[in-house]
Amino acid sequence: MSSSTVTPTESDSHITSYPRFIGRSLWLATEGSFAFYAWMTMLTALFLVGANAWANQVAGGMISTHMTDHVSWGLYIANFTFMVGLAAGGVMMVIPAYLYHDRKMHDVVIIGELLAIAAIVMCLMFVVADLGRPDRFWHMVPGIGKFNFPISMLTWDVIVLNGYLILNLHICGYLLYMRFLGRQPNPVWYVPFVMLSIIWAISIHTVTAFLYCGLGGRPFWNTALLAPRFLASAFVSGPAFIIVTMAMMRGLTQVKGLERPIATLTKIIRVTILINLLMVVSELFTEFYTGGSHVSAAKYLFFGLHGKTALVPWTWTAIGLNITAACLFLWPGLLGPKFRWLLVSACLMAFVGAWIEKGMGLIVPGFIPSTLHEVVEYVPSMLEWKVTIGIWAFGLMVFTIAIKTALPTLRQSEPS
Amino acid sequence: MTANKPSLPIVENFSRRAAVKGGFATLGAASFVAAISPLRHAAQNSSAGEFMQNHYTELTPEQKSDVLARLESEAKENYGADVTIGDDRPIPGTKFVYAINLSVCNGNGKCVEACHKENNHDRATNQSYIRVLEMPVGTMDMEQGSTTYTGIVPKDGKFYLPVQCQQCDEPPCVDVCPVKATWKEEDGIVVVDYNWCIGCRYCEAACPYHARRFNWKKPEVPAEEINPDQSYLSNRIRPVGVVEKCTYCLHRTRRGKLPACLEACPTGARVFGNILDKDSNIRWILENKRVYILKEELGTKPAFFYYFD
Ligand code: SF4
Ligand code: SF4
Repeated sequence: MSSSTVTPTESDSHITSYPRFIGRSLWLATEGSFAFYAWMTMLTALFLVGANAWANQVAGGMISTHMTDHVSWGLYIANFTFMVGLAAGGVMMVIPAYLYHDRKMHDVVIIGELLAIAAIVMCLMFVVADLGRPDRFWHMVPGIGKFNFPISMLTWDVIVLNGYLILNLHICGYLLYMRFLGRQPNPVWYVPFVMLSIIWAISIHTVTAFLYCGLGGRPFWNTALLAPRFLASAFVSGPAFIIVTMAMMRGLTQVKGLERPIATLTKIIRVTILINLLMVVSELFTEFYTGGSHVSAAKYLFFGLHGKTALVPWTWTAIGLNITAACLFLWPGLLGPKFRWLLVSACLMAFVGAWIEKGMGLIVPGFIPSTLHEVVEYVPSMLEWKVTIGIWAFGLMVFTIAIKTALPTLRQSEPS
Repeated sequence: MTANKPSLPIVENFSRRAAVKGGFATLGAASFVAAISPLRHAAQNSSAGEFMQNHYTELTPEQKSDVLARLESEAKENYGADVTIGDDRPIPGTKFVYAINLSVCNGNGKCVEACHKENNHDRATNQSYIRVLEMPVGTMDMEQGSTTYTGIVPKDGKFYLPVQCQQCDEPPCVDVCPVKATWKEEDGIVVVDYNWCIGCRYCEAACPYHARRFNWKKPEVPAEEINPDQSYLSNRIRPVGVVEKCTYCLHRTRRGKLPACLEACPTGARVFGNILDKDSNIRWILENKRVYILKEELGTKPAFFYYFD
């Protein structure tokens, strides 16, 4: 590959050179090895399957999902909730980097922000997939629609999620663009935004938790511990995903110096995974030790209710994964170079564990038993799985392209 | 980082790669269009006028009559029925409340059926705004109730608790709606603008009384069974993908009639009226009977009461 500099001349304005930078980056991001093309082709295929399933859902009505008036939110909102966590958790790399001035983390912080971007895009897609009337989406747009602000928590969520998206687009765009121009980034233009994104990461997840815990008629969600629990598990799943990404990048790209960031993130998970487990235990204690009518959703979740047990296997899988992952993370040898595969599997376990816990383990039992105490179960339909996989594929596509865009920068910041 | 190090390499064989990528992009775009083609079918079901329609409360009188005319012709087109859709507004000085005598209700379910017919519910799913719980005597714990009871009623040791929208004075369903598609009118009735609701079902999650229903598919009602006396905010046939609920039959009650469920009740357990009217029956009952409010602890302040003789 021959190369030449594309630094714009001084006379170029940002208005013309920024789009050019984006174009070039995208062009470059779609270059790659055979494996890369195979990966992207597979994702595209999965995405198309999802798009088709969604189009069918819109055409025929949501009857083709297995949601009902009893369980009126299912797999989509479960994934949405988890994705908000991933987006928040992705930025967790920022904390050690900027608050503790960890130089090495500075260089890879962008991976977390790119993950946040991909995750928010997925969030928005999951919300749209869940709408009965996506054609009326414009009703939500402030100004032309009717925005129930500040009463509805959902409008808060729309604001914080889009704000977070813009924030991260700005930070990543700015840092990479400066690289493209061959200039040193000016801290004035990004450090305040990075700090803001830390607070914002917490806010997106808190607001999303308020979405559920503000509903008095749903005792399973109506707990003050919901928001902190959300955060704790987000700070497990986000770093876990990034560790896996970085472990893969070591083999697939020429980015060096990822050992230290991986170690830092592992240390973060060591703490957050325990906090998360502790909160699960406290919540279970209050539920089961006190008893009463509040306990029925938890009973359903863990042991089944009136002979209905659809969620029980999910729950115990999640518990098993979380506990195994926690034990692995506590083992000091985990970071040894020989045990890289073990670290990756621990991350995957923690990730899947959090996905179940935040999704099927949180959203669905909120509806079972229903407010009139009927037990109507929910198992996602094939169509829901297809749409979900399609959105995940699209998110991974966004993430892959984003990482590729950032690679030149990441490669150049090798330790000298 | 050094300032003049090459940052973005330009790729060789630009044109050949461009051609290949272009080919892939075209292929991708074409498959995408094919994948989402079912949307075209969905688009046929909604007109431009429907898409652009404003929120109910923001329609001018002319726009409103256009909308009503359009909805009537759509009912003719889609369901083959001649219907009239009114725009019934609250009567000043009225606040509707409902009460049910639990000592009398015997769980026969005539109200459920009447609601189903009156409000043009989807026949296939046999929907209704009312659910009746069969409960063991001596408890108000709904955990022990059942909505799917069968057999001869009333059964010994049981009592029956019909539940429908309580038209709460502090309605959580209204608070959570992100687009103000649902609100409480001056006469106390909580309504939904079916042409504004985006179908997020947040209100359904928020309602503690399981009072809201979602149109998971296009409702099916045979033309001859359609109730032609309709109102924009109540029993007109709902579009797919939106939420609906009991409106105390506002297309009847705002015209001085009684709700369909009350008229159908063979035991006389149901009482309906204007609480602001000092001489009304309902007022007397609320003042003189032992009245019970469902889930009072949630602070929803229902305009729906249960009482015992
Ligand atoms: S009963 Fe439910 S739907 Fe009816 S007003 Fe109260 S919260 Fe809203
Ligand atoms: S389903 Fe409709 S009425 Fe209910 S909260 Fe969503 S937009 Fe509002």
